[in-house]
Amino acid sequence: MNAASARATAIGLDTLDRRIVNRLQDGFPVSERPYAAVAAELGTDEATLIARLQALLDAGILSRFGPMYHAERLGGGLTLAAMAVAPADFERVAGQVNAFPEVAHNYARDHELNMWFVLATETPRRIAAVIREIERVTGYAVYNMPKKEEFFVGLKFTV
Amino acid sequence: MDMNSPQQRFGRTELRVPLSEADFALVGAIQGGLPLVPRPFAQLAAQTGESEEAVIGRLRSLLERGVIKRMGAVVRHRELGYGANAMVVWDVPDDQVGELGRCLSRFEFITLCYRRPRQGAEWPYNLFCMIHGRDREAVEGKVRQLVQCCRLESIPHALLFSRRRFKQRGARYHDAAQRETVIS
Repeated sequence: MNAASARATAIGLDTLDRRIVNRLQDGFPVSERPYAAVAAELGTDEATLIARLQALLDAGILSRFGPMYHAERLGGGLTLAAMAVAPADFERVAGQVNAFPEVAHNYARDHELNMWFVLATETPRRIAAVIREIERVTGYAVYNMPKKEEFFVGLKFTV
Repeated sequence: MDMNSPQQRFGRTELRVPLSEADFALVGAIQGGLPLVPRPFAQLAAQTGESEEAVIGRLRSLLERGVIKRMGAVVRHRELGYGANAMVVWDVPDDQVGELGRCLSRFEFITLCYRRPRQGAEWPYNLFCMIHGRDREAVEGKVRQLVQCCRLESIPHALLFSRRRFKQRGARYHDAAQRETVIS
């Protein structure tokens, strides 16, 4: 048992929950009765799978269940941005940055560039405008680091 | 597709795929998540005014065209015991980025791996990856393993551990969908 499965057990996930979490990170069928199909794979029934999935979402173990979109192919803009914010200003700037609906997530990291956030916009052109607006509101420069190349990995947390 | 095989996707990723009004309507209907009912695509069909069969066909097409990367669950890794996450960044000579990116992406604990632009002297790093682990020591051990396996001894790097997560949500595209529908 790895650390994650021990943790999963500690927070009350049983073997079926863990198998559901692992299986549903590998994709989901697009067919008439997809829950029934996955339930059969896992040796359970449709109603149980749906109930467990609802509970995992309610408990915040899963943040989402559905399609993961490819922002650029959908016509949107996406970038990673960073700022070097003085410690005394950090809370104010974090609040201002997070208030932008285009900010998808935001992490404090231990570096001179200490605030890192992802911007997702309706169009690629909007990225520059949002960055200018964040700079204006906060008074700090924003470093824009869009991806130039992606090396594909399988994103999966086994529990 | 073997999800663990390293695969360079540059080129295809930059292209916007032409979508119909019905495609955008479905993207909007499903963005909050897949309905937790026995026939979720029938429920979506009722919202968009199509048949269940048409919705299934449309979703399969969006998957084939790569507009939807995958269907499934997103895990909150912190809640599941992956308590430390670090952005690990490398200052790689430009002509070696491809080779090293492919080497890094082969490790199962690397959850993202991108080439990004340097930012002058303040930020010389051009290869970014994310590593999740139980704690700092676990992540640092994984970085040592990478250095050894991918021969990165001479490549400057930095580990940026996250201190706090302020905000995490999926990007939402409903507004984009509306606007595009109006334009097209």
